[in-house]
Amino acid sequence: MNFTVLTLAEQIILTLAALMLFTSFLLLAQTRLLTLIHIFALQGALLFATTLVIAFTYGRHHLLISAALTLGLKVFFIPIQMQKLVTRLDIKREVEVVGNPSLIMFGAAALVLFSYYAVLPIRELSMLATRNTIAVSLAIVLLGMLLIISRRKAVVQVVGFMCMENGLMFAAVAATQGMPMVVEMGVALDVLVAAILFGIFFFQIRTEFGTLDVDKLNLLKEVD
Amino acid sequence: MNVSGWILALGQTALLILLAPLLSGWIKWVKCKFQNRRGPIPWQPYRDLAKLFRKEVVMAQQASPLFRATPYLVFSVTVLASSIVPAFAVGLPTAVIADVIVMVGFFALARFFLCLAGMDLGTAFGGMGASREVTISSLTEPAMLLSIFTLAMTFTSTNLDAMVLHTLTQPFQIYPSFIFAGMSLLLVGVAECGRIPIDNPATHLELTMIHEAMILEYSGRHLALLEWASMLKMLIFGVLICNLFLPWGTALHLEPTAIAVGLLTLGIKLMGIGFVLAASESVLAKMRLFRTPELLSLAFIIALLGMLGHVILEVH
Amino acid sequence: MNALYLTLLLPLTGAVVLAFCGHKRIAGRLNLLFCIATFITSLRLAADVFFHGSILTPQNFFYVDAFNVYLVLLNSFVGMTTAIFSSPYMAHEQSIGKVKAGGMRLYHSMYQGFLFTMLLALLTNNLGILWVAVEGATLATVLLVSLYRTPKSIEAGWKYFLLCGVGIAQALFGTTLIYFAAVQIMPDNNQALMWSVLYEHASELEPTVLLLAFVFLIVGYGTKIGLVPLHNWLPDAHSEGPTPMSAILSGLLLNIALYAVVRFKMLIDPALGSNIAGHIMMAFGLLSFLVAGLLLHRQRDIKRMFSYSSIEHMGLITFAFGIGGPLATFGALLHMIVHSLTKSAIFITVGHAAQVCQTQSIDKIRGLIKTQPEIGWGLLIGTIAIAGLPPFGVFTSEFLLFSATIKSFPWLVISLLFGLSVAFAGLFRHVQPMVFGECPTGQVKVKANMWPVAVHLCIILWLGIAVPDVLAGWIDQATIMITGKGVL
Repeated sequence: MNFTVLTLAEQIILTLAALMLFTSFLLLAQTRLLTLIHIFALQGALLFATTLVIAFTYGRHHLLISAALTLGLKVFFIPIQMQKLVTRLDIKREVEVVGNPSLIMFGAAALVLFSYYAVLPIRELSMLATRNTIAVSLAIVLLGMLLIISRRKAVVQVVGFMCMENGLMFAAVAATQGMPMVVEMGVALDVLVAAILFGIFFFQIRTEFGTLDVDKLNLLKEVD
Repeated sequence: MNVSGWILALGQTALLILLAPLLSGWIKWVKCKFQNRRGPIPWQPYRDLAKLFRKEVVMAQQASPLFRATPYLVFSVTVLASSIVPAFAVGLPTAVIADVIVMVGFFALARFFLCLAGMDLGTAFGGMGASREVTISSLTEPAMLLSIFTLAMTFTSTNLDAMVLHTLTQPFQIYPSFIFAGMSLLLVGVAECGRIPIDNPATHLELTMIHEAMILEYSGRHLALLEWASMLKMLIFGVLICNLFLPWGTALHLEPTAIAVGLLTLGIKLMGIGFVLAASESVLAKMRLFRTPELLSLAFIIALLGMLGHVILEVH
Repeated sequence: MNALYLTLLLPLTGAVVLAFCGHKRIAGRLNLLFCIATFITSLRLAADVFFHGSILTPQNFFYVDAFNVYLVLLNSFVGMTTAIFSSPYMAHEQSIGKVKAGGMRLYHSMYQGFLFTMLLALLTNNLGILWVAVEGATLATVLLVSLYRTPKSIEAGWKYFLLCGVGIAQALFGTTLIYFAAVQIMPDNNQALMWSVLYEHASELEPTVLLLAFVFLIVGYGTKIGLVPLHNWLPDAHSEGPTPMSAILSGLLLNIALYAVVRFKMLIDPALGSNIAGHIMMAFGLLSFLVAGLLLHRQRDIKRMFSYSSIEHMGLITFAFGIGGPLATFGALLHMIVHSLTKSAIFITVGHAAQVCQTQSIDKIRGLIKTQPEIGWGLLIGTIAIAGLPPFGVFTSEFLLFSATIKSFPWLVISLLFGLSVAFAGLFRHVQPMVFGECPTGQVKVKANMWPVAVHLCIILWLGIAVPDVLAGWIDQATIMITGKGVL
């Protein structure tokens, strides 16, 4: 099959997939907390756009609810709450030192390649033109993990966690045109509760450790 | 022998050479408007060049023939490069040699001689500028080639003319990889042409300058040629980026009306890109030299993403 | 049918009710009451399934068969006995000021919430909801781990949250892949995640996708099981949370995650036509078994030590399910029961021991048998049982597992025996001085309710001497479901 036989909607979905991947890279490169949160919101908006396009193109109207949830949670609620939190905890001007940025970037590119090869056998199966997005969503999930392990600030780790969620939702939406409604609702509920719990944890960590640097969380060791 | 074609090709080259100072002037003018300054008129660069050509050439005693030859060499190589860019029409006789790798090679050749000339007199600034130039070019070139390869993989050709023709004749497509290739080429172009945030063409502050440091010892017509060549290089990059990603309007057939439309759209596109460049230069500050590798590795990563995006999303 | 809904509704109601009155004196009793009611309904549910076979609700939303109903029963039983222990234990913690009123409310409400999510995970037929419920179980317990608000407990909570969250996300990706494979062959998207429907079509699903999905699923749910090398959160969460939480985390939550993995293995085996999923499980299981046994030796915190023992046993069960024959599966199912019962009994005893000595440090817990003999005996017998000595039930199941291993992979038995003896040495090296050592001054007797421990240990003893026919038949039914062949 040639790329040129795809419909405009499918091309838009693929482009959105590429842009979501790009925002993941931006998240990895970004060292300022507020900008990081804004990029995360942008990624949510891209996910929202993808969901809308698929809902209308394929007539999956239950995806509209999912899109609304994404818009509410990932574009507005979570980023706004995080921004408030960052302002309240007065860490918005803190610039995080990342390891070797270029090295992390190349690691990220390697992860993209890995996810491509991991899902290569699957691509032969589906008749959907958007099946290629599985590789992208796996890459987004893995990049979220990379963000978590390469950073020390608890806030950034949460952004990484939510970025993984974005990748998962993207897989569900783009590769399979949406999971059953009840599952999507359940996942959204879990994300909401997780976001609230993360907020609670920020305050607990801040109170007990005086910082949101997770390097300080090193009291418990595997062996003494 | 296609006589009218050759005339058109020569005309295009001449036009690009003549237009180059105007683009620089236009960018400077827009930038001044952004910064609430009056600024020189857009055709001021012509006057500057003319003045330089009239001036006497002063050269150091130790200068070798290489130093003397470099301005002519750089200028002619850049002119050669300009002759193979598809500017307002495709299908010109020069199209057969319009290979993108040849183009990169031309620029590399010009840079090589420029660096040698910079070091020729043994002054501190010349050597420093040359070393910085080479450092930056070693970072830009992989990104440039990678983004070009992304395009080449889509078009299955490295011929610039074929690339433009392909986009013009195929039905409209959104290629995700093009977005990344385009972004990367923009960053690379900015670095190659010595613009903000990599280099600042308007300053002679010894700590920051790159391109200006290399040509510090030149004067008179030699300086004029080098300045002109760098303006031409910027124009070529502008034309390339416009025509590779937004080729619409370029003449498919060598007819007067089509060519007129091609010229007009080219003018509009170049004005647009100049406007964008001026706007971004007004917003951004120049980066510290030691941080430029970060920006350029970002360009490389974007180009790599473009290629990965092509392989993952567009190959079925 | 009604028993099914009641089993789910009761803990849910409990969570809501206790959210309002969880700080009152009566809350502990109320908690117990809800647990007893849940246990009775799940008994009823088990009887239904036992006499009338599997239950599938309309629209296929819930599915109960011999495999999950025995876990439901185990769940509600251990939930109930732990609630008996929890009532005086938490009252003591509150009286010494470790927990405040708000914390008690959270604790009681989330105790029920946790039971609800686990029961939902067991009973649902929808693989997506299974994921939601397991993630929900993490969310319900994460604040309980940091309940004491000490730096260590907050660190443990954060690790638990983040590691399990990241891990479980992989499982959702695996679930999505399964769904992806299912929609290729099934017209009705809403049924494509129903386990019972998928099971009927299992052999038509695309094997490459399923294998990839299984890798993600075992990494995802394996984090929750505590398989090495994904286990880092487990000892922290167990050692820093309140002890009743440790008891049900160790005794129940790990089982649920393993249950999920086995369910997926059942889907994947027919499509692949080989036991590659089983081999992956065997590798993870054996690694966990050996590493956890070695790490036991180096622990200084009594709850951490026993949580490593949990990792070890979960590793063994995963290994056994990986082998896959009827005997191994039978042994694994039995081991799930005996491990749950023994481990929760041990954690209950350990909770009291820590209250007696006012510390969790192994070096400072000494001479329990003199200060409070029932706790000392409880710890000693519990440790004997969990180490796999006859005549306790753990011995029976481990014996079955070893025989199955000898049959299929004889050379692996050496490493199993090695792991077992290392773990045995590790446990007794620490437990012996705690029970018999020189009694330091300043230890005070606490109000301990040792009934749950006694009941658990008696059941273990019973299962060690003779597995009752009813239970054996029941486990055999589950074995037939999983492997296609029975043992009896």
